[in-house]
Amino acid sequence: MTQKLSNAQIAWRAAQDIADGAYVNLGIGFPEMVAQYQPAGRQAIFHTENGILDFGESPAKGSEDWDLINAGKKAVTLNPGAAFFHHADSFAMVRGGHLDVAILGAYQVAQNGDLANWSTGPKGVPAVGGAMDLVHGAKRVAVITDHVTKDGKPKLLESCTLPLTGVGCVTRIYTSLAVIDIQDSRFVLIEKLPSLSLADLQAVTGAELLVKAPFADLIVPEL
Amino acid sequence: MDKTVSNLPAAVAAIPDGATVMIGGFGGSGAPIELIHALIDRFVATGHPKDLTVVNNNAGNGHIGLAALIEQGMVRKLICSFPRSADPVVFTEMYLAGKIELELVPQGTLAERIRAGGAGIPAFYTPTAYGTDLAKGKKIEEFDGRPYVQERWLKADFALVKAHAGDTHGNLTYNKAARNFNPLMCSAAAVTIVQVSELVAPGAIDPEHVITPGIFVQSVVHVPNPQQEETLNRANAVYSGAVQP
Repeated sequence: MTQKLSNAQIAWRAAQDIADGAYVNLGIGFPEMVAQYQPAGRQAIFHTENGILDFGESPAKGSEDWDLINAGKKAVTLNPGAAFFHHADSFAMVRGGHLDVAILGAYQVAQNGDLANWSTGPKGVPAVGGAMDLVHGAKRVAVITDHVTKDGKPKLLESCTLPLTGVGCVTRIYTSLAVIDIQDSRFVLIEKLPSLSLADLQAVTGAELLVKAPFADLIVPEL
Repeated sequence: MDKTVSNLPAAVAAIPDGATVMIGGFGGSGAPIELIHALIDRFVATGHPKDLTVVNNNAGNGHIGLAALIEQGMVRKLICSFPRSADPVVFTEMYLAGKIELELVPQGTLAERIRAGGAGIPAFYTPTAYGTDLAKGKKIEEFDGRPYVQERWLKADFALVKAHAGDTHGNLTYNKAARNFNPLMCSAAAVTIVQVSELVAPGAIDPEHVITPGIFVQSVVHVPNPQQEETLNRANAVYSGAVQP
C-alpha cells in the first residue's frame, strides 16, 4: 500500500460530519485533533468528562491554570458560554443521550459495532477511564483509526479478539483508507481513496465490505 | 455553627487504620495536597493510619499527594478508573509487586456509585460495561429491550476534599474544573474534611452560588494558597513527611 491518509487528514474527514452547534466528546489523544478541522462557519461545543462544556484551545505556555484541564489532563481555555459541572452531571450528559457525537480511537472494531479500545490484554496496569461510558448514550459513536495495525493486520474484523469496551456501539469508522458505516451488523463502504481498488481495500479489511450503493471518493486536502 | 478546625493535623487526626477514604480531584485538578500530606505526616510520626482503602479517579502522579500516600505503604486498596498518569511509577511498581489491590471502575460508573452512596440509593443499572470484562459477575437486567449492568453504591468513612471558598457552615464553591468528583464525595462520606483556599463568613457566598451545601461537610480547614500537583511535579518534588523538629 503506497498511499494512505495521515492522522490529521482522518481527523479532517471526521470533522466534516459534525454539524454546527453539535455537542461533541473527543477521546484522549488522536481524536482530539478533530477539533482543529471544524469547517468554517460551524462551531461545535466540546464536552470533557471532568466537567466542562465549551472548552477551547490550549493556553500559551506559562499561562496554564492547572484547575482548568481536559480529560487528558492538558491545560485548556474556555469559550464564551462555557459551563462547569460535577462528574455525575458530566456522565449524565454522556449516558443520558445528550451528546450528539463521540469520536474515539480504536484497537479493533467488529462488523456488529463492537469496539475494543481500552486494553491490549492482561499485562501491566489496567486503566479504563471514561471509555466504557462514552460508547453509550451519544447519538452517534464514531471511530477514527488507521485502517490496519502497525504490523499491517486488519483492525476492522468479524469479531474483536481484544477485551471489549462496548457491544454494538460504533456506527461509523473513519480510517486511513476509507469511510465505513455499520448497518445491520455489516461493514458498508461509504467512501474510499480513489487510488485504491475495492479488492485492495477488502484485502486489508478483516470482514466483508458491503457495497450497497455507489460509494464516493474519499477526498481530503493536503494538511 | 462553626465547623472550622484550626490546623491540618487536627483535621485528619480521627482517621483510623482500615478506613475507606475518598480523595477528591481529577489528576491534579482539585487534589487536596495539604490534607494528604498532613495524613502522611501523621503516619510518619505514629505509624497510623494504614491499611486504607482510597477512592480517587487516578492513582497519583510523581512522588507527592496521592502518589506519596501510596509510596508510604498506607494504602491497601485503590478504587479508581484510570491508574495512569504522566509519572505513575509509584502505583505501577506497587501493583505489579502485588502490594496494593486495585478495583477498576469505569469513570462514569465511579461517579454514579459515589452519587448513589450520598443519595441513599444502594444500587442502580447502567449500560456502561455491558458485555465487557468489567461487568463479569454483575447482575444484568433488561429494561425496554436493552441490557443494563447492576452497580452498587460506594460510601466512605472519610472524604478529603479541596474547595475554593468555604464558610463556617461548610457551604462550598470550587475553582473551575477542580469541582469534578468533590461534591459527590462530600455527600458520600460519613465525615467530610474540606480544605478551603478562602474561609469566609456565613452569607459571604451567595446562596444561589453554593455548589456543595454545608450539610454534606463536617470539618473546614483554611489552607490559603494551596499547592498544585502539576506545579509540584514539574519541579520534581518529593514528599515523605514533614521534617521533624
